[in-house]
Order: sequence, then structure tokens, then C-alpha cells
Amino acid sequence: MTDKQKAKAYWKKNLKYLAILLSIWFLVSYVFGILLVEQLNTIRIGGFKLGFWFAQQGSIYVFVILIFVYIRLMNRLDKKFNLDS
Amino acid sequence: MWTWILVGLTFTLYIGIAILSRANSTGEFYVAGKGVHPIANGLATAADWMSAASFISMAGLISFSGYDGSVYLMGWTGGYVLLALLLAPYLRKFGKFTVPDFIGDRYYSDVARVVAVICALIVSFTYIAGQMRGVGLVFSRFLEVDINTGVIIGMFIVLFYAVLGGMKGITYTQVAQYCVLIFAFMVPAIFISIQMTGNPIPQLGFGSSGGDGVYLLDKLDGLHKELGFHEYTSGSKSTIDVFFITAALMVGTAGLPHVIVRFFTVKKVSDARKSAGWALLFIAILYTTAPAIAVFARTNMIETLSNKKYDEVPEWFSNWETTGLIEFNDKNNDGKIQYVADEAQNELTVDKDIMVLANPEIANLPNWVIALVAAGALAAALSTAAGLLLVISSSVSHDIIKKIINPKISEKGELIAARLSAVVAVIIAGWFGINPPDFVAATVALAFGLAAASFFPAIILGIFYKRMNKEGAIAGMLVGILLMLFYMMKFKFDWFGGGTKDDWWLGISPEGFGTVAMIVNFVTSILIASFTPKPPDEVQEIVENIRIPSGAGEASNH
Repeated sequence: MTDKQKAKAYWKKNLKYLAILLSIWFLVSYVFGILLVEQLNTIRIGGFKLGFWFAQQGSIYVFVILIFVYIRLMNRLDKKFNLDS
Repeated sequence: MWTWILVGLTFTLYIGIAILSRANSTGEFYVAGKGVHPIANGLATAADWMSAASFISMAGLISFSGYDGSVYLMGWTGGYVLLALLLAPYLRKFGKFTVPDFIGDRYYSDVARVVAVICALIVSFTYIAGQMRGVGLVFSRFLEVDINTGVIIGMFIVLFYAVLGGMKGITYTQVAQYCVLIFAFMVPAIFISIQMTGNPIPQLGFGSSGGDGVYLLDKLDGLHKELGFHEYTSGSKSTIDVFFITAALMVGTAGLPHVIVRFFTVKKVSDARKSAGWALLFIAILYTTAPAIAVFARTNMIETLSNKKYDEVPEWFSNWETTGLIEFNDKNNDGKIQYVADEAQNELTVDKDIMVLANPEIANLPNWVIALVAAGALAAALSTAAGLLLVISSSVSHDIIKKIINPKISEKGELIAARLSAVVAVIIAGWFGINPPDFVAATVALAFGLAAASFFPAIILGIFYKRMNKEGAIAGMLVGILLMLFYMMKFKFDWFGGGTKDDWWLGISPEGFGTVAMIVNFVTSILIASFTPKPPDEVQEIVENIRIPSGAGEASNH
């Protein structure tokens, strides 16, 4: 692979990761926390209604996890393509 | 007494750190020499980001708005996912000093640079005025000095360590400030959680039951219904508005220059990603605790005050009454406090900002905890003020003086210019803190809307769309900002014919309109770019180059 092809393949893979992670980002906040909040509120965990919990707690936990997953995926990808600095 | 000791100790610490980490070059002044450890940068970013608004106001806001308050929680954390995935690594690879640097170089145009500088200045000044006011508020309530004296003391402290230490100095003071503010936020929360639910973890506590076996949230929903308020766990805003406000806050967060610039301070691209992760983790500690505090404080407040005799109210009530932040007006002369949703019968008004500050007193916690909260609030306000100050000073000395007016200025001259503009900026910010314009509250929302409507599309397209050219980006930024300004002025300041809630476009509030303006910016940029010439080859090469992480060297000033 030339450097140019390598960079292209790397970028494509990166975009794929972004698409997956950002879909989850959208799902937990905008879908669970906002659009479907009333439907989810009929389900309860302990004292929390599920939709309310996603809006004020769950989405934030998922955000943190998403970034750390991204860090791992990218570090591995950098190594695979020999692009780590 | 406790308050003076704790505030004095923390201030000495900040100044001590500043003296130890003075900046000697422009690289150190603007981006701490690009050698900050990712965890330290995560801590500093967290303190930089969490302002007086996060520390003092947010839990109170949620406390009064229940589910509707979720927009702040999701909006101000979700933006970090965008930052980590879409902005931070690439901007770090680009390797300059400021956001206007990126816009100016990527769009090969000084016009684009100037537009970006103006946006950065507007965003930062609206923000910093609020911080100075926060400092004044804390001083006046806890240290019993005049609010203006408080602002001036705050000015001197920030001035001292921001001017002396630059980015290097504020990075390490912000690390200390994060520790102070998170400790100060968590201690009362844990105490109150144990008191009310027996569970020491506030995040779990507010989903547990109190001594009477009823779940806390159910009890609060019941109290709300009784008093005529909307149910705490469901909102009163329309779904579309909640959606757009959340999006505007997220995107605005990712577009704030004082946050973005923090990712220029680490050594490599992978460190930029890492520090975004650490930053959000440290922020999440406070942001997941705030809704718990909101529930505890709300329940406590209603139970302590509703339908109680005015003569028998606890001492904290009278303390805060003297500041004018709590007001009681006995409309039906029965000597009791009626706290209800109906405006005509309600006798109690409580300022949202005091919920966090008064919370330890309401829950009868010891004095040193109350003092701790004061020190924490000051740490939150000062750290953000310092970060903003740096953006303002580097915008003036680097983006305007060095890049446009006098490119031949020496390193030493630029450093002097940076320090002088920091001094001027503090004075202006202090002036705003002492004479707060009525529109401060309104313009903080404007700051997010502006950042969303201007920077964010220009940066994203600059990285992800190689074909994007200067014509498209400049047109997009201008249309985005102007549209946002128009909407805010129309519905917040009553200009251009004004309008009420019913006139909002699609039912979207000015707070959420940044999302619309951002979409318009994206569409305009792409449309214009497709009719105008491609960017030059060397610019397309820059784009290819920032997409791969290797080879991010030292910061260059050229």
C-alpha cells in the first residue's frame, strides 16, 4: 500500500467508527431521553422512571463510555496502520 | 470564620502555582508549550468548562424545572462526544494556537479569520461577565463584603495568575481548582443523600426511598401535584423544543473556543482524544450529582417551608432574605407561607441560584461544609474566567496583531501584547461584573447559539469535506450568526417587532434556535461551495494531513 492508499483506508475505517458511535450517542440522548421519554417512563427501575433516568443519568454514563471506546479503537487503528505518533 | 480560612487557603494555592509555572514564550503563554499530560489536561478542561453556572445555577435550574432541566445535563455533556470524535484530534494535529488560526489557514482568507475572531470575542465576553458576577455573589453572601468589592478581589486574583502564567499557569491552577470544586460539590451532596435516603451515593440516592418507604421521586411528584406544579419527572416544554435546545447546547459546547483551545495543549493526537475522555469523566461526576442535589433540595425546601408559619422559619431563610434572593409576601395575611404554582396565590419567590449555595444550610450541615461550598463556587468561577481571558488575549495579540496588523512583531513583543490585552480584558469583564447589563442571562444562551451557528459547521466542514472553500465557509458563518442574532434580538430584546412564545418559528425557543441557525449554516456553506472554485491544492493537502495522527510536532508560530 502506498502512503496515500493507507491514509485513505485509515480514514474510511475512522468514519465507520464515528458512524456507529454517533448513532449510539443519538440513541441514548435524543431517542431515549427525549423522543421516547414518555413510553420509557412506563418502565421503572427502583425509584426511577426509565426515560427520566436516561435523560438525567444514563445518557451521561453512555457518553463517557463512548469516548473511552473510541480512544481504544483509534489507538488500535493507529498501530495497525503505523500512524501513531 | 471557616469561609475566610478556606477561601484564603485556596487563593494562596492558586497564586503559588502561578508563580511556579510562569510562561516565558508565546508557545507557553498560548498553549502551555504543548506538553500537558492528558489527565492533567482533562482535569483542567473540566474546571475550565464548569463555570459558576454549572456549579451554582445548574442544580437550582433543574430543581425548579424537573425533567425540562435535562436539556442542560445532556447538552453540556453530549458536546464532549462531538469534541472527542469530530474536533479535538484533528485540531491538535493541525497544530496552531487558536480557533481563528484554523479557520484562517484552512479557508486561506483573512476575512474568515476576522469573522472567527469576532465570534470568539463575543462568545468569550458574554461568558466572562457572568463569571465575575458569580464571584461577586459568593463574596457578598459568605464573606459579607460588598458585591463590587468581591468582583474587584476576583479580578485581581485572575489577573495575577492569568497574566503571569498564561496557559501554562492557568492549566495547573485549573487542576487545583477542579479538585477544590468537585470536593466542595460532592461533600454536601453525600451528606444530604445519607440524611434523606441512607444511601451515600447521590446518583443512586435520588432513586431510592426515604425513611417513610416512599420513593423520593414519587414523593416529589406528589408534592408538585398538590401545589399545582407540573409533575417533576415529566416536562412542560414541547418535545421539539427540548430536542432543539439540547442540540444547540451540545453543538455550542463543542464550538466554544476556550474549550477547544485546551486540546491544543497536549503532546500528540492520541493525547487529545484521551484528554477529552478524561475531561468528560471528571465533568460527569458533577453532572450526574447535580440532578440528585436538585431533587434533595426541592423536596427539602417544600417540606421545610410550604404551609409553615413565617415566624418559625429556620435561620437560613432570614439570611437569604436579606440578600433579596428569597422573598415572602403574605398575600392572604395568615402568617403562613403558601408556595403554589398559581401566581395570584403564591407568596414565596426563591432565586434559582441559591439552591446549591443554601443547600447545606437547609440540610443543617456543619459550618465548614458551607465554607467549602463558597470556596468551590469561587474555584468554578475563577477557573472559567481565566480560560476565557486567555482566549480573549490570544485573539487580540495572536490573531489580530500578529496575523493581520503586524506580522513582523517579535516573540517578546507578542508576549507583551498578550499580557496587556489580558489586563484590558479583565478590566472590561470586571466592569460588566459590577454593572451587569440586563441581558447577561439572555446572552449566555446567545453565546452557545452563536458558537453553534458560526464555528461548528466551519470547523466540521473544514475537516470532513475537502471540497469546502472560503466562499462557502464565510457565507455560512455570516448567515448563521446573523440569523441567530436576529432571532435572539427579536424574541429576547423585542427588536424587529418582537414577538411572544406563540410567534416562535416551529415552536422553537431562542435557546434552541442555534440548532436551526447551524443547519442553515451547513446548507448555505455546501450550496455556495458547489458553485464556487475548489480550494487550492495546498489547502486540500492540509486537510489530508490533519486526518492522520502521525507527525504532530511542536507548535509552530508560522
